[in-house]
Amino acid sequence: MTVAADTFTFVATLVRQRSAIQLEPGKEYLVESRLLPLARQAGAAGVDEYVRGLRTQPRPLEYERVVEALTTNETSWFRDATPFQALTRHVVPELALAHPGLRSLRVWSAACSTGQEPYSIAMALAESAPSLEVQITATDLSEEVLARGRAGRYSQLEVNRGLPATMLVQHFERVGIEWALSQRIRRAVTFSRHNLLHAPPAGGPYDIIFLRNVLIYFDLATKQEVLRRVQSVMRPGGFLLLGGAETTIGIDAAWERVPVGRSSVYRLNARRSA
Amino acid sequence: MRALVVDDSRTMRRIVVRILGQLGYETSEAGNGREALDLLEAGEVYDLACIDWNMPVMDGLELVVAVRERLDWRALTLMMVTTESEHGQIVRALAAGAHEYMIKPFTPDAIRDKLELLGLIPIEENA
Repeated sequence: MTVAADTFTFVATLVRQRSAIQLEPGKEYLVESRLLPLARQAGAAGVDEYVRGLRTQPRPLEYERVVEALTTNETSWFRDATPFQALTRHVVPELALAHPGLRSLRVWSAACSTGQEPYSIAMALAESAPSLEVQITATDLSEEVLARGRAGRYSQLEVNRGLPATMLVQHFERVGIEWALSQRIRRAVTFSRHNLLHAPPAGGPYDIIFLRNVLIYFDLATKQEVLRRVQSVMRPGGFLLLGGAETTIGIDAAWERVPVGRSSVYRLNARRSA
Repeated sequence: MRALVVDDSRTMRRIVVRILGQLGYETSEAGNGREALDLLEAGEVYDLACIDWNMPVMDGLELVVAVRERLDWRALTLMMVTTESEHGQIVRALAAGAHEYMIKPFTPDAIRDKLELLGLIPIEENA
């Protein structure tokens, strides 16, 4: 069972307009599975009927929910491991070398989902650079995931995903059936709603920007636009970390790739940022 | 890569064996800590042991302590896979020498994430 062609076209257009994320043909199953809970809540017999209702009677709040349902992704702690190794072993030491007496770091975790990425950054830096004052701005398009991030409470299944046991016992406390993150780590992270196509969030300029597994969803022009906006809030000499399948190469020549172990980080070309 | 799955539940052993098999592991099974020690003492060599806590004859924590006492078994990575989910229990297992701790129930992805952390499978850059 899948959704009708006109349902898919309507939803794909809505999602593209509001988030710039491209839902390519073939993603009908995703529309079906992600919107079915909303359809049921609305009392519709299925996704087609639910979307027909939205088309005949536009409801901006419900549109938001549709976009959120289709743009929220699964996330885990220390996702892919290598960016966090690059962060602690290369990025922070490089910044400390470039700025003797470095005392604070500003980090932007873009498309942070339910908070695992910014909190992983906070835990990694608390361990590797305990003397630094770290301020992390965590942003996402979805209010729902931001609220979960702010709460700092995670289920058993969620803490099983990529969180080292040593960090679990060091930074979390069991509260009923959930695990609550310590105040110390939560204090380092500020969550706010942000659309990557709009002006960058306050809190910059940033020394480090995590923009991971985001660009893959955008077309070339949107990737370029997002990278330009990121560049505008990057402190000279700062580092950009992308997802494993992403690169700035062939998209924006302002950035240069710096190989670090098995992964890469990016920084603005010295000629351009000088 | 070789793994030893130690659990008194045959069903649970099958689940863990299947997940590890999909990640490219060759696996052996033991129904309690004593059986696991017998295999190790017979000279079997493993990269990883997934160990349940509550088992008859010899429990998982006793097994961890016994393995850690032997210098020649230092290369063996120990991961508790258990329903014990109290903060204090996790601390006990880590203090005894377990490298990682997985609380049941879990998904295959969670096992893969833990093995990535332990450097026991190639990291998928595009995961």
